[in-house]
Amino acid sequence: MIALDFHNVLPEIVLALYAMAALLACVYAGKDALTGVVTWATAGVFIALAAYIGFAGEGSVAAFGGMFIDDAFARFAKVVILLSAAGVLLMSQDYLARNQMGRFEYPILIALAVVGMMFMVSAGDLMTLYLGLELQSLALYVVAAMKRDDVKSTEAGLKYFVLGSLSSGLLLYGASLVYGYAGTTDFAGIMSTLAEPHIGLVIGLVFLIAGMAFKVSAAPFHMWTPDVYEGAPTPVTAFFATAPKAAAMAMIARVVFDAFGSIPAQWGQVLAALAVASMFLGAIAAIGQRDIKRLMAYSSIAHMGYALVGLAAGTAEGVQAMLIYMAIYVTMNLGTFAFIMSLERDGKSISDIDSLNMFSKREPLKALAVLILMFSLAGVPPMLGFFGKFYVLKAAVDAGMTWLALAGAVASVIGAFYYLRIVFFMYFGRETAGATSRMAPVQWLMLVAVAAVMLLGVVNLFGIEAVAATAAAALVG
Amino acid sequence: MDMQLSAKIILFAPLVGSILCGFGWRLIGEKAATWLATLILFLGAVLSWYIFLTFQGDTQHITVLRFIESGTLSTEWGIRLDRMSAIMLVVVNSVSALVHLYSQGYMAHDDNWAHGESYRPRFFAYLSFFTFAMLSLITSDNLVQMFFGWEGVGVASYLLIGFYYRKPSANAAAMKAFVVNRVGDFGFALGIFALYYLTDSIRFDEVFAAAPKLAETNLHFLWADWNAANLIGVLLFIGACGKSAQLFLHTWLPDAMEGPTPVSALIHAATMVTAGVFLVCRMSPLYEYAPDAKTLIVVLGATTAFFAATVGLVQNDIKRVIAYSTCSQLGYMFVAAGVGMYPVAMFHLFTHAFFKAMLFLGAGSVIHAMHHEQDMRNYGGLRKKIPLTFWAMMIGTLAITGVGIPLTHIGFAGFLSKDAVIESAWVGSGYAFTLLVIAAFMTSFYSWRLMFMTFFGKPKGDTHAYDHAHESPAVMLIPLGVLALGAVFSGMVWYNSFFGDEAKMRSWFNMEPAHEEMAEAAEAPATEAPATEAVATEAAPAVAATEAAPAATEAPAATDAAVATETAHVEPGVAPSGAIYLGADNHVLHHAHEAPEWVKVSPFIAMVLGFLLAFQFYIRRPDLPGKLAAQQRPLYLFLLNKWYFDELYNVIFVKPALWLGNFLWKKGDGAVIDGALNGVAMGIIPFFTKLAGRWQSGYVFTYAFAMVLGIAALLTWMTLTVGH
Repeated sequence: MIALDFHNVLPEIVLALYAMAALLACVYAGKDALTGVVTWATAGVFIALAAYIGFAGEGSVAAFGGMFIDDAFARFAKVVILLSAAGVLLMSQDYLARNQMGRFEYPILIALAVVGMMFMVSAGDLMTLYLGLELQSLALYVVAAMKRDDVKSTEAGLKYFVLGSLSSGLLLYGASLVYGYAGTTDFAGIMSTLAEPHIGLVIGLVFLIAGMAFKVSAAPFHMWTPDVYEGAPTPVTAFFATAPKAAAMAMIARVVFDAFGSIPAQWGQVLAALAVASMFLGAIAAIGQRDIKRLMAYSSIAHMGYALVGLAAGTAEGVQAMLIYMAIYVTMNLGTFAFIMSLERDGKSISDIDSLNMFSKREPLKALAVLILMFSLAGVPPMLGFFGKFYVLKAAVDAGMTWLALAGAVASVIGAFYYLRIVFFMYFGRETAGATSRMAPVQWLMLVAVAAVMLLGVVNLFGIEAVAATAAAALVG
Repeated sequence: MDMQLSAKIILFAPLVGSILCGFGWRLIGEKAATWLATLILFLGAVLSWYIFLTFQGDTQHITVLRFIESGTLSTEWGIRLDRMSAIMLVVVNSVSALVHLYSQGYMAHDDNWAHGESYRPRFFAYLSFFTFAMLSLITSDNLVQMFFGWEGVGVASYLLIGFYYRKPSANAAAMKAFVVNRVGDFGFALGIFALYYLTDSIRFDEVFAAAPKLAETNLHFLWADWNAANLIGVLLFIGACGKSAQLFLHTWLPDAMEGPTPVSALIHAATMVTAGVFLVCRMSPLYEYAPDAKTLIVVLGATTAFFAATVGLVQNDIKRVIAYSTCSQLGYMFVAAGVGMYPVAMFHLFTHAFFKAMLFLGAGSVIHAMHHEQDMRNYGGLRKKIPLTFWAMMIGTLAITGVGIPLTHIGFAGFLSKDAVIESAWVGSGYAFTLLVIAAFMTSFYSWRLMFMTFFGKPKGDTHAYDHAHESPAVMLIPLGVLALGAVFSGMVWYNSFFGDEAKMRSWFNMEPAHEEMAEAAEAPATEAPATEAVATEAAPAVAATEAAPAATEAPAATDAAVATETAHVEPGVAPSGAIYLGADNHVLHHAHEAPEWVKVSPFIAMVLGFLLAFQFYIRRPDLPGKLAAQQRPLYLFLLNKWYFDELYNVIFVKPALWLGNFLWKKGDGAVIDGALNGVAMGIIPFFTKLAGRWQSGYVFTYAFAMVLGIAALLTWMTLTVGH
């Protein structure tokens, strides 16, 4: 019985064992000299696991007495997490080496965070969920402060840690309330007590959602995001903006549908409120930013708002839309951060928006790729970003939440401003001491490939619709 | 040579020429490009004559490609080759080829362009493009393709009227032509929509087959129910009015003379403006069931013929005189079509194309000789300076005024076709007959007035220009000579086919034989059916079925005819086979042939009177016109100002539209929309942005506080809404 169950957590076990083995190897062998090798190896393991999960996984299994769920939904989320983490690792390598940050702990910590995320999205019990969440968070606290001798980086790590602890407290409080009123931490068990939901259970749910909303940086639990994004080293920021967001969003979906699926009206309005707050705050606050990384922080806040719109719809269609949205969002961010990492002036990495003035004169191809990405982020057809928004808004309309879709449309108009401003600077800006862009081949490939994907996806979205539909059906159906 | 292939070549050759000339001239040079376009058109013209002369008459459907497929709407790009399109092919391609050639000379030097500026390839590309659009209009097998061509010629006309785009007057004229045509096109489009709505098809054959049913259908439109056939007939005629410059939508045509003169000859005299007449004739199976629409056409056509002729009496710009003349002649054609004599309308269209193109090209030659002076008051005595142009204009004038030997079939082209129109009008409507005869008198007067003022008397105005007047080069004179042949002989040669001999006309247009002969025809339907079938070789099976069907249904129809002529219509669901359809009770032709002699002689008398009056006014007593104008000043001004149509339209339409546009622009768009958006975008949003920036203090306790506030708010809300 247990032996069979182990089969289901095989990828997680492999990854955890790999992380520990790599740690030992590095400590006893070359330390930082091995960073490059370990980075590539870790990325390789990620990709291999993603392929294994994507192609070999099938069916829907609740292992370890329902603690761990292996279904199409979890597999979809895991593949997105693993691939995006691999992408970040590959394109960070050059940046870290150049900025003397090539520590071997980085890829290993990332691997451990990924293990945590994989548990988060497969959680069938509040216990598993919390364990996965903490494993992920602890690893992320450390990588945020990875640049130990840098004030901003350490400040970012500390802020993230303190506020993260607070959010964990909220989550745990909610979990204990839920346990108190439901008498169980098992999702299926919680679901069975919902016929007559007690107000205490609903309060517990709100606390749970608040704790998880912190991880996706949904307003008003978003305050840490700009500071941490700006302070942390750019590869870390890139990682924050991708895999953990996808994982946390999938986790929220897991909790609300598996544990509270019979009362969508209750959590639907909480998520809708968070979505509206995030979309508008992300759009409005980003306008004032002068730093691209801070800008991307607000951008991700706004994007999380849209993904939450899909969830708030409370339908399988909404979950499908959310999954598509997250996959597209993660891809767009990979390309954008590959570009941000490459920016430098006089050999130093920079990230202020003004440095992009007349960038198109210096690097026409890259400027064009960034233009495509920015249009996609803003949601301009025919880029993929438009279809992401289209699906979530359509899901909201179909679920009878037209007002939410309207709010999303208005917010996207406001949000378009700052994306287009970057394009404006690149093509029509003033002549100033601009940035140069030095790219490793991986980064260049990432930028151009992602831009191409954004354009070519218009044909059939690379077939992601059907896969996401299967995943959503596994969760909701 | 294969006829279908020829038709395809004819249709697409000008498009190829246009593209090669318009885009390729940088590669092959200006001269080569323009001559290439010209030669391609001559190829088209030769092939057109080949088709015209060898064509047997049975309708052929040539599918070129699929065009629009949407739901039940199925449109093919096709060529409908029948007598109608064969005639139009000859008219369009001949005149177009000659105008291309003529333009080689006329456009060689142009003071509107600086030295070294390239305008010739553009001009020829536009001309060729126009020809393509016109050909796709006339060869169309369905209404959508026809509408494409209809709009295409509109665009070409716009581009060519505004060819001298540095002249504000040319731009204004181009816009006017475009906007006025929009009004007509709107009616045309509504007509197509109505047909599609009622018959679920826009293919001619299917629409024609449904025509008898349409006559029994009512359609609600605007505020009332209308008879569908009449309503559609009127809507289509509104489109025709716009294109053919009939009354109320005619104002653009005189202004269109701002374009270069070859353009006026090709587009605004011979071809495009006759598209409306062509449309009505093409839709004859429908109009035969729309008596009220036909009455409207007759009244409006006759009134236009009269109105335009009165205005033509007093104009001084040589091109404007001819423009009003065109407008007037188009009225003649509409009258013929309206009384049910579509072949006669086509006849006049056919002959008119030759002599009117010729008059325009002759006028162009005069203008060319006189260094772009267009006011006839500054001409005079040019007969000796430019003798060849004079003789060409003379032939054109003899043709348009209708000189011939009364009561015979010998005369210039206009003599035969115009008399045919007037005889048909006599049968159909006394009103139209009266106005047309008066108009014939005025036509004669203003045409001779033009001749006398230009070529006779003493030189007036600038003597320098007169002294340097010179005959045009050969490329301009050759087209005049060729057109002269048409102006002299086209009437006599094809008189019987169009009008003179009913049996010949019916077989020429591939119509069913007349009712008197139907009994005979019924004896041999078996031989007819395979013959018709054999034609439809390349066409789709469905088309072949439609082709064969009329022959098959003819037998019962014919036996019916013997019993009761009135009910001998073609069975619903079957299109008439010919290019033109004459209803069973359409006996206009027969009656026109039996018109009394005074009717047949009346246009001739009117012509002679007009000539004598012009002779008196401009040769014998040149002081008379001025005196008369002073004496009848209000009437003179009324005519000179074109019945004040432009002023009236300016007050009724242009000014209010301008005011509304200004209002929506300044107040609506500027103040309300821009104001609101700018207020939000530049006032409210930045305010919140600043607020958000201030909240983002950087202190952990602020962030934690925000989180706590957030959860408190959510909890409060949930507690209140859950309500436990």
